[in-house]
Amino acid sequence: MTTLSEAQEISQPVVRKATRSTFVRVLQYSAVRLITLFGTIVVAVYLTIMIANMGGYVDEIMRGEIRERITLQVVNNPANRNLDPDALNKLVLDKIALEEKRLGLNQPLAMRSFRYLANALTLNLGRAVNMTSDSGSRTVRLIILERLPATLLLMGTANLILFFSAIFFALSLSRKYGSFWDKAVIAFSPTSSAPPWFYGIFLILIFAAVLKILPFGGMVDAPPPDNSIGYALSVFKHMTLPATALIISSLFLSIYNWRTFFLIYSSEDYVEMAKAKGLSSRDIERRYILRPTLPTIITNFALLLISLWTGAIITETVFLWPGLGRTYFRAIGLYDTPVIVGLSIVYAYLLAITVFLLDFVYALVDPRVKIGGSGKQS
Amino acid sequence: MNALRRNLREILRYPSAIAGTVIILLLIAVSVYALVAIPYQEVLRLWRGGENVWYANPQYAPPVWMNYFTRKKLPVSFAMSTAEVNEDEAVMKIVEVGAQNTSKTYITYTFDFNYDDFPQEMSLYFTTTYEAKQPFVSVLWITPDGREIRIGDFGVSKKMTYRMSQDEKLKRRLGGLPPVQGLFADPNSETPVPLKGTYQVVINGVSFEQDSNIDAEFVFYGQVYGLAGTDHLRRDLMVGLLYGAPIALAFGLLAALGTSLLTMIIAAVGTWYGSWVDELIQRITEVNMVLPFLAILIMVGTFYSRSIWTILGVTILLSIFSGAIKSYRAIFLQVKESAYIEAARAYGASDARVIFSYLIPRMIPLLIPGLVSAVPAFVFLEASLAVLGLGDPSLPTWGKIINDAWLSSALYRGYYYWILEPAILLMITGLGFAMLGFALDRVFNPRLRGL
Repeated sequence: MTTLSEAQEISQPVVRKATRSTFVRVLQYSAVRLITLFGTIVVAVYLTIMIANMGGYVDEIMRGEIRERITLQVVNNPANRNLDPDALNKLVLDKIALEEKRLGLNQPLAMRSFRYLANALTLNLGRAVNMTSDSGSRTVRLIILERLPATLLLMGTANLILFFSAIFFALSLSRKYGSFWDKAVIAFSPTSSAPPWFYGIFLILIFAAVLKILPFGGMVDAPPPDNSIGYALSVFKHMTLPATALIISSLFLSIYNWRTFFLIYSSEDYVEMAKAKGLSSRDIERRYILRPTLPTIITNFALLLISLWTGAIITETVFLWPGLGRTYFRAIGLYDTPVIVGLSIVYAYLLAITVFLLDFVYALVDPRVKIGGSGKQS
Repeated sequence: MNALRRNLREILRYPSAIAGTVIILLLIAVSVYALVAIPYQEVLRLWRGGENVWYANPQYAPPVWMNYFTRKKLPVSFAMSTAEVNEDEAVMKIVEVGAQNTSKTYITYTFDFNYDDFPQEMSLYFTTTYEAKQPFVSVLWITPDGREIRIGDFGVSKKMTYRMSQDEKLKRRLGGLPPVQGLFADPNSETPVPLKGTYQVVINGVSFEQDSNIDAEFVFYGQVYGLAGTDHLRRDLMVGLLYGAPIALAFGLLAALGTSLLTMIIAAVGTWYGSWVDELIQRITEVNMVLPFLAILIMVGTFYSRSIWTILGVTILLSIFSGAIKSYRAIFLQVKESAYIEAARAYGASDARVIFSYLIPRMIPLLIPGLVSAVPAFVFLEASLAVLGLGDPSLPTWGKIINDAWLSSALYRGYYYWILEPAILLMITGLGFAMLGFALDRVFNPRLRGL
């Protein structure tokens, strides 16, 4: 490959002059990287908008709903009883046109989609079509913010426990590789092929239906306890089963993956050397195994953090947990495009920012990585 | 060939691989049996059929084998009809022709009752033929200790259903007990306890026309039914469970095969042509990473079509440009520089020939474990969508059975069998492929060997 195409130059900025200062290099790299990521987001969000409108199909559904609702409203209104059919018909058509204008349905989708895109990219999430928040607001931002704490609580707890316990167990297993527990984890790792809701059903069966010690679903007792301690306890009780389901469904596979990963790194020459020097296993782990694997650990942790945002659509639905996942599902069921797009755009931004920041984090934790250099790239 | 045989021998060293293979072969056998035993049209008729197909089944009945695990034996459902000739004389029908075109019909159903609980319901389905004057029947109940209980006397129309539990007169005659309890209750016991032994239902019918005929089916709605039990629509779950196997296998295998093959071909094409083709593929992969996978599938299911084939297509489409494309690409970049590719290029092999005959075959050892390991994820994906209510509208699948059970609050009401049966089948399927894939991965991936 002798000639570099323009596109390639954007994505893989090869620094030719080694004399250029680090600052300029980092700045140039960051700018190019930001532009690429932004382009990705624009395309992805536009696709989401088109899919969420199903290429205009959702408009048809909404028009039909409006027509039916307005016609019923006008015909059933006692005040209109004395109008002659023509006037009544005109009234219905006027009201339909007004309602369609209110929802922006009078413009073709191609035009609206770009307006939606611009609004989404500027995080101007707008108003929901059918959904309301519990406090009665139609603002998409409020609908999302209202559900966010529930998702963060459940997903955060489950994923943090999962992440750290998996790394902890994996480290101790990689030390005792070939032992009984090591073999047990390997034997159990295929269980992770089942999704969390699947284990959720079994957990509900055992703990809610048969033993009757934990609730079937929901987030808090009805009516909710008055004092905050009682409230917290009630939430904890409701959270146990969904969190356990989320943890069980990926625990064994992630222990296995981390263990294999650590094992590959612990067979490096410098680890052998450290062992020969007689360093304690704690020191070896910290300085010679964890340190070089830190970029991977951080990447996984960062991706975990943003995955919290989407929630777990099915697990939340099965456990009736009032989080973002269920909101997503309900929004789709109600053809509520603004909510769907709102949730997707925030996720896209979070992902892009994380990917962007990770490059810098790599350079901070791993001296072998140079930003914008031809070395390791994400 | 030798390498293949060596690999096979290697695979057989893993017990999990053998277990996985056995499970997969069993599933294939069940699928073939299901497809042969119940043709597609028949499944649609059975699964979507309502009362007219399943009227003789009890509702929410656990499977018969539940009785092996409980001390209290629950009555098993059965139906006896005069329309079918019976060998063991459990059903007897005698017609006596009398004077003035009248005839008398005697029908007797004999059955053993050795259970510790009462049935859900008992019904008589009459089918009669007459011109103008209805036949008349009187129904008698004979208990093992010889008591005769009059159930009722009534005229019978052409199609008529008589449900014993809805007969208020019978209830009063039995001292206020619900008829299904009163008819079986032991008279010497304070609390209603069923009396075990041989019972008889006797129908004495009189018809008043020359060709008038009385046929009746006696249906005993027990509390357990069949090998799989029944659901809220009285459907035999066996049909759904059996037919779920080929659907789950087809969806999982097709999705895994389509995704892996297309990913590999696209990665090979991208690396081979390089420049903008490669660049475009990389960009699409990044865009795809941002797209919400499950949400898009739910949108397609909600807005557009719930057909399993549409969902399959969209699943494959969204899964092609995944992270796997990057790892394949890295390997292809190495392979591309190897000497035999250069040789092929030197003698003038076409691009297509290099890609499909030289590049891709090198990757098959990597493809196979990935393909097998991907199957469970797709099987569970189909079930997940079904649990959200987005299953194929006409076909029975395991996920849809779970969804039906969930919507009927099966766990809350204690119908555990209804959820456990499809869930366990799903788990076995997932485990089978996961175990085999795991072993294959270790055999074909030398880096993992010994770890």
